Amino acid sequence: MFISEALLPDLSAAAIAFTIITYVILDGTDLGVGVLFATRHDPDEKQIMVNSILPIWDGNETWLVLGGGGLLALFPVVYSVLFSALYVPVIAMLLALIVRAVALEFRADASARMKRWLDINLVIGSLIATFCQGVIMGSVVQGIDQQGGKFAGDGWEWLGAFPLACGVVLVIGYALLGSCWLYWRTEGALQAAARRQARRLGLLTLAGIAIIVVWTSLLAPSYRDHLLQSNLSLALLLTQGALLIGFYQAFSSRFHFLPLFAVLGWFGTAFAAAIIALYPMILPPSLVISQASAPASSQGFMLVGFAVLVPVTLAYNTWGFWVFRGKVKAESPQE
Amino acid sequence: MESVDPALMLARYQFAFTISFHIVLAAFSIGLANYLMVLEALWLWRKRQVYRDVYRFWLKIFALTVAVGTASGLVMEFEFGTNWSALASRAGGILGPLMFYEVMVAFFLEAGFIGVMLFGMNKVGPRLHFLSTCAVAIGSLFSAFWILSANSWMHTPAGFSIASDGRFVPEDWLQIIFNPSFPYRMAHMSIAAFLGTAMLVGGAGAWHLLRDNTHAPARVMFSMALWMAALVGPVQLVAGDLHGENTRDHQPQKLAAMEGSWQRPEAGQGEPLRLFAIPDQANRRNDFELAIPHLGSLYLRHDWTGTIQSLDEFADEDIPPVAVVFFAFRIMVGIGLLIVAMGIASLYLRWRGGLFECRWLMRCAVLMAPAGFIAMVCGWVVTEVGRQPFTVHGLMRTAHSHSQQPLSFVAGSTFALVILYLLVFGLGLFYLLRAINRLPAKSTDAND
Repeated sequence: MFISEALLPDLSAAAIAFTIITYVILDGTDLGVGVLFATRHDPDEKQIMVNSILPIWDGNETWLVLGGGGLLALFPVVYSVLFSALYVPVIAMLLALIVRAVALEFRADASARMKRWLDINLVIGSLIATFCQGVIMGSVVQGIDQQGGKFAGDGWEWLGAFPLACGVVLVIGYALLGSCWLYWRTEGALQAAARRQARRLGLLTLAGIAIIVVWTSLLAPSYRDHLLQSNLSLALLLTQGALLIGFYQAFSSRFHFLPLFAVLGWFGTAFAAAIIALYPMILPPSLVISQASAPASSQGFMLVGFAVLVPVTLAYNTWGFWVFRGKVKAESPQE
Repeated sequence: MESVDPALMLARYQFAFTISFHIVLAAFSIGLANYLMVLEALWLWRKRQVYRDVYRFWLKIFALTVAVGTASGLVMEFEFGTNWSALASRAGGILGPLMFYEVMVAFFLEAGFIGVMLFGMNKVGPRLHFLSTCAVAIGSLFSAFWILSANSWMHTPAGFSIASDGRFVPEDWLQIIFNPSFPYRMAHMSIAAFLGTAMLVGGAGAWHLLRDNTHAPARVMFSMALWMAALVGPVQLVAGDLHGENTRDHQPQKLAAMEGSWQRPEAGQGEPLRLFAIPDQANRRNDFELAIPHLGSLYLRHDWTGTIQSLDEFADEDIPPVAVVFFAFRIMVGIGLLIVAMGIASLYLRWRGGLFECRWLMRCAVLMAPAGFIAMVCGWVVTEVGRQPFTVHGLMRTAHSHSQQPLSFVAGSTFALVILYLLVFGLGLFYLLRAINRLPAKSTDAND
């Protein structure tokens, strides 16, 4: 291997981190649109919202599949402990994602009455999936009790205050992503409504992120120390501040994608803060990256593919987004 | 016999339930994606409108299939962690990378281009659209490649060592990926996906032909499906035979269970072909056996007197549940022979004329519409139940592979999954049948 074996665990963790944040910003946006479905009632507007995500949601969700597969492949102990510990929210998330998929794809041929039923399911599916993802992330930060690579708790630890708060904040955050997406891709009354929603949700999201970051540093002394001692923390704080100003300024620009990109920056800095707090632990409080790793041969085999294939994937995914550029219309998208 | 742990049994049933639904969808997606690629190629090349009409008809159905297929696949991937974490821990170093490559090479390819394929006809030119269809079709086959490699490794493990803590450590990735049973399973399953889809397409075509046998799109569907049955059906019999030979060499208990063979026949007697029997696992014998002597040797050993290892050459705790494997195998082969028979009948009718006048063949085709997929599921039952009591053949037992979740968790998740799947697949089936029942539009637009 031309990469030193000692670097493989950290590189693998970086690959997982990249996959997670990519999933969050891509599918977070679709799930956010799904959540916001509850706020609009005009059938044309709802059709436009669905049309805006129909060609891309499947590809976005595939990053979650990569995340799960990556965890199994690169850190199998984390994979098995995590899914044993978070059995209930993981199953709930999977079921909710199925409901969301069905609500989106079965809509085209549905009667008006069936559409109303599917719409309710789109909202519920998106809400539950998002909330569960927040709970899962919060549980990881809170810590998972494991002994010798096996989960050692009772499976209800996710019902704590911190994970549940993370669930709520993630719902707000995804809704913000969704509203910024709609501001970019729609026009008229729907866009104006999205603009209002985005500006309000922006403040709520920032408050939420701030609360979670402070709470995180209170959860464990190591978190607090990592955050306070890292040089990056100040940089992240400044970036967050700049993006905050940028976000609100962006609504005056003729480039409608800017608010969304600012919010993507927020998610990025928040995620970076989480990594700073946790590193080198991959599953707090007791599993560090090097302990939880798959054999070097597995990690090396995968990272080679990752390094080549992920840029290729990003390239043709970008092409896919570009094909469907422009403002979204209400007509049902046939081929 | 070890006492049965209810949480283990429930976890196994949950897996069997979720994977059965998923495999049908996945196979249908593979078959349809490739069929759509062929149709679009024919349309671009021959420029006959009818190919475009058939393409559009099945494209709508493909959209339904793929969406639910992705979501049900996600369940499978995470189910290894929730219910089978011991297997995930020990074999994750090997199975994980294979599934990881499946996502990176195949799923992303499919998911990335499916948006353009489904919704982009008016946004990109016809050649670029065709390339997108090809990307989705090839992606689906890549996906089959990786997941079948992972599954095959569990049947015929190779290229690994075992660490002191029991973990499987990869040593040679080429040997792992191209393990002994992989090529046969890949060929047999890919063909099964194509044939299952062909039977469904043929059944849909026949359904419309029975009402109006001049309908051009329906004629195309019916005819193409029967070409598949006639030409690819026999190939599948050969692929199955070769797969069976590989199983004979690497998983002899499974083959013995497929044949219901409890004792080895005397020298010179050869293996019988058991048309029917009721295997009695506790007493290690068959009741009501109806068998033809020697014919078994013909397909098992390709001679008149060869024999295979029998079940009594293995310990009680190392053999699978025989009855399930025995009957599933016979259903699968029976359906396969029926498909080949339909193919032969269609060849005769083409030669003599009257393929589109033969109403009994059309009625057969309608009845046989789900048959390909039923045979495929039976085949999976044969191979997976036949692998029991092992998850990794000879090396790791199913009983030691599960997460040991509390019974309440497994019961709760099973209950929720069953209800949701029945609702979703019920609704999906309703939409599928309704979409098939609608006449494929014969387009008259000038701009097509």
